[in-house]
Amino acid sequence: MKKNLTKFFYFSVIFIFCLSFLSCTSVNEKSFILATTTSTQDSGLLDYILPVFEKETGIKVKVVAKGTGEALEMGKRGDADCLLVHAKSKEEQFVNDGYALKRYDVMYNDFVIVGPKEDRAQIKSTGNDPLLAFKKIYENKVAFISRGDESGTHTKEKEIWKKLNINIKGEWYISAGTGMGAVLKMADEKKAYTLTDRATYLSMKDKISLVILVEKNPILYNQYGIMMVNPKKHKIKEKEVQTFIDWILSDKTQKLIGEYGRDKYGQSLFIPNAKK
Amino acid sequence: MASEILPVIFLSLIVSFTSTFIASVIGISAAVPFSIKNFKLKKYILRINEVLMSMPPVLMGLIVYVVLSKEGSLGNYNLLFTPFAMIIAQTLLVMPIVFTLTVSSLSKVSVEIMKNCKVLGAGRFEIFISIINECRMQILSIITTGFGRAISEVGAVMMVGGNIKGHTRVMTTFIAFETGKGNFREAFIIGGILLFISLIVNTLIHCFKGEAE
Repeated sequence: MKKNLTKFFYFSVIFIFCLSFLSCTSVNEKSFILATTTSTQDSGLLDYILPVFEKETGIKVKVVAKGTGEALEMGKRGDADCLLVHAKSKEEQFVNDGYALKRYDVMYNDFVIVGPKEDRAQIKSTGNDPLLAFKKIYENKVAFISRGDESGTHTKEKEIWKKLNINIKGEWYISAGTGMGAVLKMADEKKAYTLTDRATYLSMKDKISLVILVEKNPILYNQYGIMMVNPKKHKIKEKEVQTFIDWILSDKTQKLIGEYGRDKYGQSLFIPNAKK
Repeated sequence: MASEILPVIFLSLIVSFTSTFIASVIGISAAVPFSIKNFKLKKYILRINEVLMSMPPVLMGLIVYVVLSKEGSLGNYNLLFTPFAMIIAQTLLVMPIVFTLTVSSLSKVSVEIMKNCKVLGAGRFEIFISIINECRMQILSIITTGFGRAISEVGAVMMVGGNIKGHTRVMTTFIAFETGKGNFREAFIIGGILLFISLIVNTLIHCFKGEAE
């Protein structure tokens, strides 16, 4: 009996090992790595459109969701094949530095400033002026949570502080260093203000009690762009990525992006604006 | 729901089993002769391994990431953000644990066993096998400890795996990811399954011990 059991044990270990080896090596299908921002993943957009792409082309998209800053760094090192990010100035710099050949507009949505219903800093009364709202947050020293991860949202936030010439320091300013969804949860728990993209906010609206206080201002415009990592700099999956870029810029996919969220939230989360 | 969770559980088990297996084979086969022989640097090697035992997984993640990154020394193999990368990181985390614990649990008995074997005229390999055979219960517990470390680890697999849906998302990164989005229900379900797996593993080990005694 004892021998049998021991035999069975050894056998099962070897079996599992073989199985795992097989499953690991069978990952030779057509695929590429898409480095993107947490907002496209947390909002559910990618889960909505990628299965369509995978079904049409048989190419598997491996999504690594990081902040825009980190995604760009991945592109620089060649650890990602394709980038879908939202910090236009940084992206253009990326192309100018030769890390990508071309950048395409894909879609946009906008940032909103959210906060607790009580709105202690009274930023709702600013008439949707983000500059004034940030100033009030600063003057009242109410808790503000920053993404703090060099993401597109963080870049936008820093732009606004810079315009105000405010030196952000102090206990009221919390640098979270995490994704958009996590920051919204944190802001909700701490009754703090934060800058978020509308898509992630809407997709989490049911789970948090934060409300939109400032919105629809040109400053808060949020453009997403797509880039292929320069194939001359790194060995990347050029063909697969090109297929994906052509696909996401096509009329059909653009329509699909525009439709996402309409049934659930009553409005589009992303507005497609690829140039023809 | 199930179609999303099942691959996550499956991958978790595969990655942790494989890395524990590799780490155990290497760790134990190094630990057995190590526990018998006495040499100059023995104390220092043991000390280094004790330190590595408590290596923060994120640091291991960072190291493996840098090495596997396209600009790292193994960048040409395209291993970053694959299950392989996760297995490498976990193997390196588990190996010192298996090694150190095996050495400390064998150090008293192995010399004794070796002497007895030598009297009976056994060769090197036979000594090796009989030491392992005599101490298989301790070794089994040690492997379980290593497996526990591997399957509960989140920092390293998050970094080198990238938490890619359907490809490198394991149970721990799934929990971290879903909690971040506020989906506590899904996170708890996986958390429960994780606990359940360790229960099964521990029960199995107990069964073996019962059989042996």
